[in-house]
Amino acid sequence: MIALPEPKAEVLARRDDIVAGLRALLPADAVIAEPERLRPYETDGLTAYRQIPLAVALPSTTDEVAAVMAFCHREGVRVVPRGAGTSLSGGALPLADAIVIGLMRLNRILSVDYADRVAVVQAGVTNIGITQRVQEEGFFYAPDPSSQLACMIGGNVNMNSGGAHCLKYGVTANNLLGLRIVTVEGEIVEIGGAHLDAAGYDWLGLLTGSEGQLAIVTEVTVRILRSPEGARAMLAGFRANEVAGACVDAIISSGIIPVALEFMDRPAIHACEAFAHAGYPLDAEALLIIEVEGSVEEQDRLLGQIRTICERFDPVSLRVAQTAEESAAIWKGRKGAFGAVGRISPDYLCMDGTIPTSRLPEVLGRIGAMSREYGLQVANIFHAGDGNLHPLIMFDANDPASMHKAECFGADILKLCVEVGGCLTGEHGVGVEKRDLMDVQFTPTELDQQRRIKSAFDPGWLLNPHKVFPLAAAAA
Amino acid sequence: MSVLAPESEAELAASIRSAWEAGEPLAIQGNGSKGAMLRPVQAARTLSTRALSGISLYAPNELILEAGAGTPLATVEAAVAAAGQQIIAEPPDLSALLGASSVQTIGGVVAANLSGPRRVAAGAMRDHLLGIRAVNGTGEVIRSGGRVLKNVTGLDLCKLLAGSHGTLGVLSAVTIKVLPAAESAGTLVLGGLDPARAVAALSAALGSPYGVSGAAFLPAAAAARVPALAGLGASATLVRIEEFAVSVAYRTARLRDDLARFGRADLLDDPASRAVWRAVRDVVPLAGGSGETVWRVSVRPSSGPAVLEAAEAAGGCGMLDWGGGLVWITAPTAAAEAVMAGARAAGGTWMLMRAPETLRAVLPVVPPEPPALARLTRAVKAAFDPKGILNPGRVFAGV
Repeated sequence: MIALPEPKAEVLARRDDIVAGLRALLPADAVIAEPERLRPYETDGLTAYRQIPLAVALPSTTDEVAAVMAFCHREGVRVVPRGAGTSLSGGALPLADAIVIGLMRLNRILSVDYADRVAVVQAGVTNIGITQRVQEEGFFYAPDPSSQLACMIGGNVNMNSGGAHCLKYGVTANNLLGLRIVTVEGEIVEIGGAHLDAAGYDWLGLLTGSEGQLAIVTEVTVRILRSPEGARAMLAGFRANEVAGACVDAIISSGIIPVALEFMDRPAIHACEAFAHAGYPLDAEALLIIEVEGSVEEQDRLLGQIRTICERFDPVSLRVAQTAEESAAIWKGRKGAFGAVGRISPDYLCMDGTIPTSRLPEVLGRIGAMSREYGLQVANIFHAGDGNLHPLIMFDANDPASMHKAECFGADILKLCVEVGGCLTGEHGVGVEKRDLMDVQFTPTELDQQRRIKSAFDPGWLLNPHKVFPLAAAAA
Repeated sequence: MSVLAPESEAELAASIRSAWEAGEPLAIQGNGSKGAMLRPVQAARTLSTRALSGISLYAPNELILEAGAGTPLATVEAAVAAAGQQIIAEPPDLSALLGASSVQTIGGVVAANLSGPRRVAAGAMRDHLLGIRAVNGTGEVIRSGGRVLKNVTGLDLCKLLAGSHGTLGVLSAVTIKVLPAAESAGTLVLGGLDPARAVAALSAALGSPYGVSGAAFLPAAAAARVPALAGLGASATLVRIEEFAVSVAYRTARLRDDLARFGRADLLDDPASRAVWRAVRDVVPLAGGSGETVWRVSVRPSSGPAVLEAAEAAGGCGMLDWGGGLVWITAPTAAAEAVMAGARAAGGTWMLMRAPETLRAVLPVVPPEPPALARLTRAVKAAFDPKGILNPGRVFAGV
C-alpha cells in the first residue's frame, strides 16, 4: 500500500470550527460533515484506497469556490478538488485533514458558438454532456475517455484526459482555449479565452494535466468540431503480437492515420468475447480494431487499403464493417473491456503506461513473463497508434497478499515502460498511484524544478497534497 | 557583442552556470532570425544554440523526430519530407516579414510557438511538442515529456517552455510529433467578399464535415501580391483541403456547393494551392509593405473583421488566417494604440512582431497581464531563473 501522511492533529481539532466556517459561506445543503454522508466521497476510481475527508463543500458558483478557497487559505486547511470521482490514479482521494471541494454542482453549459466553434462550460459538466448538447448541429467534443458518461470536464482538464480517438484529435490539452480558475488564495483568474494561442506563458498548457496541484478549475472554454460524414471500423486478428505490431507499423508507414487503432492481446480478446459476444476471433493472439472517417466512398477506399495491408500479415480473421451497426458490434467488445475483465476477476488494476510503439512485442513478452512470476493474470489493451498501454492486472482485493502482488506487478510494468523509452502514465495521471515511481522517470533536479512551479502557485502546498510528487520531495 | 555557441548540452549548462554565478544576463537565440520580435534584450553577451545541431532520432513509423535545438528548421523539414511526412503545425518562415537574413532553427520555432495556417485545424507547435531538454537559469539540465505520443507524467513543462521565448530555460533538444503529409491539396477561392462575409464563409467551411485545413482572407491589396491570386482584382477568401487526391476532388466539390451562397468558387490545383498557402503562411503579402510595425493579433474568428477594420481606419492594412481568428496587420507607428484597442475590444491578444527598437522598448509587445497572472509570471520565472539572466525583458519589462 502507498503511504498516506499522518493528518495534522491541529487541523482535526478545529474540525467543528472549520465546518461552521464553511456553513457560513455556503447554502445549508452545500456542506457535508456527517460521517455517513461523507462515505460516498471516501474514494475514487482507485477503490483500493479510502479515506473519509474532514468535510465536503459543494459550491454552485465560481464565487462560492473562491470564498471556500479564501477561507481554507486563511485557515491553513488542505483542499482536494473532485469532479465525478472517476480518477483511476487516486487523483481525488481525500485526506483526513482536508476538505473535498466537489464541483459537480457547477454543471451548466454557459454558451455554445457554432460560428466560432467554441463552448463555455462549467467544470462539473460531463464529457459526454458537451457532445450531447452540440450533436444536433453536427458537432462534437473530441476527447473521449472511457469514463466519458460520468467524468467531468474539470477533471478532464486536470488529468489531461485522452481516449480512443486521440491519434487524430489529440488529448484534452489540444482541445482547450480558455479556463476560469480560482487560485489557492481565492482569487478568480481568466486564462486564455475564445482565441487561439494566448500571449505570455502557456498557463493553459501548464494547468492542463496539473492534477489539481496548481489551482481549482471552474469553467472551461473548449473547441467543438464538426463531426465527419461518417466513420466505420474493421477488425483484424493475427497469429502473434509481433505480427500485429508489424501491421500497425505498415499502416502508419502507408500514410494513413486511422482515427482509432486499438490492439488487444489474447486474454483481452477472450475476456471481451465472453462478455460482449462481439464475434472476436478466439484463435487470434492479437486483435486490431481500426476505424476510419469520411464519406461512405472514402471509408470504403481507406478500409480497402488497410485490408490489403493486413492481408500481407496472414491474418486469421479479417472483418470490415459494412454498416454503422456492424461497426458498433466491432467496438462493443473493446468498449466493454473493463466490465469484461471485472466479470472474470473480483478486482483488477488498470495500468496506463506509454511505450514506443516499436517495442510492443518485447514489452508484451516481458509482461507475460511477469504475469507467470507473480501468478496473476493480465489482459492488455493498447492504443496502438500512440503507444498507450493499458494492462489490466487481475487480483483479489480481499486478500492483502494478492493486492500487494498486484501493486508490485503494476509498478514493474511502469518501470519497464520507462526503461524502453516510454513514460509512467499516458492519460490516467500520476495521482497517488504512481507518486512514488516519479523518481524512476525524473531526476531529483527535474522533480525539484516541478516542485518549485507548484510552490509558485501554492506556496503552502494546500492543493491536493500527497499526490504527484514523492512525499520526500514534497516535504523538502 | 560576444556570442557564445556551446557545442554540447554540457557546455551549454556550464555557460549558463557561470553566467548565473556572475549574475550576467544573456540574450538567448538560435540564429537570431526573430530578433525583430518583442522587446529588445539588454545583455552584454548572447548565447546561441546554433551549434547544437542535428537530427538525433527520426522514427517515421512512430511519428517522432528529435533534433538539437539549433538544427535549421529547413533541415528537419527536408528530412521528414523525404519520408513523406511533415511538421503538422506548418511553422512559418517569417524572415522576409521580420527582415532577417539568418535561417531559423527548430528550437526558435518552438520557443516562439509559431504555427502556420494548419494551426486552426491541427494544432500549434506546442501541441506537437512531445519532449524537451533544456537548461534552466542556474545551469541545471531539465527534461520534460519524452519520445512517446501520449504522456501526462508530471507538470507539462514542454508547453510552458514553448512560447516562453527563452526566458525560462534554453532548449537544447526537442522531440516533435510528425505526421504523413497529405498526398494532395486543393483550394477554393471566393473572390470579392468583404471581411465579414468572408469570415462567415470561412466559418461555414470550418464547420463542415470535410476537414478544412486552411481558411484565410486576403483583402484585394494583399491578394494582388500573391501571383496565383493577382488576376482576381479583388479580395480572396481561401479554403484548403489536404487529403488523398480523390478526397480532395470529392471534398472541394461538396464544399463548393455548400459555399455557393457566397458566390462561385474557383479551384486551385495542387501546385497553385501550395504556392498560395506558403504565401499566407509566411505573410508574404505584408512583408514588403512600408508599414513600420507588424502585429499578430489573435481573437475569436468572428471578431477578426472588426480588428482588421480598426487597423485599416488607423492607416494600416492586413490579412486574416485561422478562419478569421489570426489578424496580421502592418501599420504606421501612430496606429499602435488603435491596433491594441481593437484586439482588446475583441477580447483577444496581440504580439508585436516588428517595430523600431525604441518603440518595442516602450510599447506592451503583448497585453499586460492582470495582477494575479503577473504575480504568477514573476513567480514561475523565478522558479526557473532566479537571477533573471535568461532573455530578461524579452516579453514583459522586468521579467
